[in-house]
Amino acid sequence: MSRLYVARNPRVAARSLDGEMMIMSGRDSTLFTLNKTATILWQAADGATPLDEIVSTKICGEFQVEPAEALQDAETLARELADHGILQISEQPISLTTTGESR
Amino acid sequence: MSGLLEQMTERALAKNIPLSVQLDLTYRCNERCVHCYLDHDDHGEMTTSEIKHLLDEMADAGVFILTLSGGEIFLRKDFFEILEYARWRRQFCVKLKTNAIMVREREAARLREIGVESIQISIYSHRPEVHDGITLVPGSLQRSLDAAKFLKSQGLRVIFANVLMVQNLQDYQGVRALADELGVECTLDPTITPMMDGDRSILSLGVDHNALQKVFRDQGLVGDVEEFCTIAAPGDENSLAALPCSASHTACYVSPYGDVFPCVQFPLPTGNVRKERFLDIWRYSDQMNDVRSIRLKDLTTCTSCTHVTSCTRCPGLAFMEGNMRGPSSQDCQKSFARTGVPSANMLAKKRTAANLVQIRVLPSTENAPASGAIA
Repeated sequence: MSRLYVARNPRVAARSLDGEMMIMSGRDSTLFTLNKTATILWQAADGATPLDEIVSTKICGEFQVEPAEALQDAETLARELADHGILQISEQPISLTTTGESR
Repeated sequence: MSGLLEQMTERALAKNIPLSVQLDLTYRCNERCVHCYLDHDDHGEMTTSEIKHLLDEMADAGVFILTLSGGEIFLRKDFFEILEYARWRRQFCVKLKTNAIMVREREAARLREIGVESIQISIYSHRPEVHDGITLVPGSLQRSLDAAKFLKSQGLRVIFANVLMVQNLQDYQGVRALADELGVECTLDPTITPMMDGDRSILSLGVDHNALQKVFRDQGLVGDVEEFCTIAAPGDENSLAALPCSASHTACYVSPYGDVFPCVQFPLPTGNVRKERFLDIWRYSDQMNDVRSIRLKDLTTCTSCTHVTSCTRCPGLAFMEGNMRGPSSQDCQKSFARTGVPSANMLAKKRTAANLVQIRVLPSTENAPASGAIA
């Protein structure tokens, strides 16, 4: 099974407010807030760490959930965030630059 | 304000987080607007590295919405470097205020690439002779409108900001029509701000009571006129515990020289980021905390005013009149024009003026010479 990689979209505006991420889409200025799980996923989405590894190291321990179930939920969440232009997902590692472009 | 942003603002307020900051990058300008409250000299602007350091401090303090303004922001040669840093390195939601006369296709494309939430452009009239007469730069309306088209063609959000004054009183509907034609948003503000050095002479550019009344009854501007002009219910304990505005609560202003103020329209110095950390000024400045402590129930005169809960009272304008807890006469005039009911401040001034009258009316004399006649 192929692994999924996730990366923060550098085109969004983002700030942590009291432990939760506040994110404004660069596409249409829609404002989102991420709950605790989604915030962990966002912060760990460096494009290099596979999603299953993020889930097992950052989410399962924190929320005491089964890895398979957690991974399925995380994939659904990642795809939703990607639909809103907040995350990028790929089956290959994603290289982020500091100039707002991803490769 | 959207529901979610309102919720975020509530949380920022509870946690004493400065969610929104206006940073003026320069007071230098390529226009000379007759109503402008700034001088246009450079008294020692922050350098690029000082500004980047400030952006780091502001991001760490929780600032999310960053408005870059001036002066004219595009006069800074490092403008795009600063903007890139704010967006890509520190992920601010950036709004720009500009006259846009230096924005051509290339700059518009660059702004699109970097990503900004909105670009607010000052447009005072749809007629060049009126707009250019206010900016004192021939051809400025055409250049600003060309820029708006370039920005719009890049899919960017453009807002026309119009200030209502005697010179352009007849033109606000023309500006709105122009905005509609270009598919951009439009705002109208009848407030004239005194000069930062305290000179109040430019206030004479403000429109009079009759003109304000007319504007406040323009359905196209205010929506439901009856609702807009309704006199608010008297303030109760809860409503009087409300905050006057966001200044010092979730927002503040930083000048090109690093001075921090509660708001761009509130020239009370609270500290300087060249000497102290931004967050320390925000949290511990006595002046910032003084402004923060004010509730509607603490206001002199206004607490007993009919309009206390619905007034647009600006504490900064009140400060410039001499008392940040006192009334702001311009807002008294707005409440009066809106509802037809004079404010407590206006009534108090009338009483004081009556007490000052020293001239007695003479008893009438039937055979007195007509006024102006030489006896």
